[in-house]
Amino acid sequence: MLLEAQNLTFGYKKERRIIDDVTLSIDRGERVALVGPSGCGKSTLSQILAGYIKPQKGMVLWEGKPLPKKGYCPIQLIYQHPEKAINPRWKLGRTLTEAWQPDPVFLEEMGIEPAWMDRYPIELSGGELQRFCIARAMGPETKFLIADEMTTMLDVITQAQIWQLMLQQIEKRQMGMMMVTHNEALAKQICNRIIDFQQLNL
Amino acid sequence: MRRIRRKKNQRKRTIYLILLIGILLLLLVIAGRFLSPEQYGPDYNEKKLTPSIQHLFGTDYLGRDMFARTIKGLSNSILIGTLAAGFSACVALVLGILSATIGGLVDKIISYLVDLCMGIPHLVLLMLISFMMGRGLRGVIVGIALTHWPNLTRVIRGEVLQIKNMQYVKVAEKLGKSKIQIAFQHILPHVIPQFIIGLILLFPHAILHEAGVTFLGFGLSVDTPAIGIILSEALKHIATGMWWLVFFPGMMLVMVVMMFDQLGEHVRRLLDPSSARE
Repeated sequence: MLLEAQNLTFGYKKERRIIDDVTLSIDRGERVALVGPSGCGKSTLSQILAGYIKPQKGMVLWEGKPLPKKGYCPIQLIYQHPEKAINPRWKLGRTLTEAWQPDPVFLEEMGIEPAWMDRYPIELSGGELQRFCIARAMGPETKFLIADEMTTMLDVITQAQIWQLMLQQIEKRQMGMMMVTHNEALAKQICNRIIDFQQLNL
Repeated sequence: MRRIRRKKNQRKRTIYLILLIGILLLLLVIAGRFLSPEQYGPDYNEKKLTPSIQHLFGTDYLGRDMFARTIKGLSNSILIGTLAAGFSACVALVLGILSATIGGLVDKIISYLVDLCMGIPHLVLLMLISFMMGRGLRGVIVGIALTHWPNLTRVIRGEVLQIKNMQYVKVAEKLGKSKIQIAFQHILPHVIPQFIIGLILLFPHAILHEAGVTFLGFGLSVDTPAIGIILSEALKHIATGMWWLVFFPGMMLVMVVMMFDQLGEHVRRLLDPSSARE
């Protein structure tokens, strides 16, 4: 198993657990969709899986070992709002190369134009910024991507473009992927397994 | 193309304005330094003269040239302001960052001190400290330095707390960046503009408080040429019709304060990328 979650429990308040004893595992090469209604804890679960939040009980295992607390995390999370995930004071070239040096071929595949490197984030659109977020997270040490409503705020054409780029890269590099979405049609199109969050979190 | 060119002009104009104000203020300080005591000393042959070419701001009841006194006074004020505002701003930067990054008890103590200092009326605290330190130049500098840090501390603490919870900072952590790297690459560049602007905007406060506390008689000694002294002396003579003793020095004080205010505002525009396009 690539990614395993064992008996995860978490709640923002003590008396109310949002995530109650969740166990799940995702294998190599699998593309999994996590679906469920708003506010049920999908985003919280993906943040726990990516190591952003510490669960109150249970643990996340990566290739059989606990997630590293420091250093590069093999599981990278891509947020819903790219404009919040990018430092507004940095030119985009610096954001892109924060963790690794992508080569020009990869950038062309991602649809990132060289002219954007010298711009500030406010000068690009949401879809363009999201490409930077994805490219930034695609370092050689990244083995698994979690896309938390990654394209929800984008129009349909941009959505399709970005998912195409994603799938191309994921297949090329044999990465695992989990997406969080409301859109079941999109989930069926992209993933080979769909998990209903409410059945997982009884 | 046209839009881009206009943007560049706007940025250039901001830079020119900053340079202009900076040079004017610097000239004022230098001019004040090089004035000899005779130039602002008494000359009993030329008492109570109205403004003329020879005495631009007129002379007072001791025949002192008010233009020279005003320049000297402002020059002193700016130097006092530099010392006091610089010290205050550095205290604010250190306390603000400590408060936000360590948190817990440290945060509580610093926040309590900030509230304590802000709860006491500013001028009263300033008078107390200045009086305790034996008035004079030292009293004023220490007083202003010790009373101007709480506001900026609060601002910087808030900024650091906010930036610490930004998504891009958390992403940086997961990309394997150390705490020190994040502090220097993400947090400090975000706080430094606030610090610089805060520092510049402390100047008018410091200068006005220096003038205020001196005016009330708790600051600089009576014989030093300071705006506060000039104004409080002039007040006694305004009834005799010597309007120029109040008008010109007062105007100059307001102008210097406004120049510092504009300087801060333009530096803010230059440093903040989101308002760079305005």
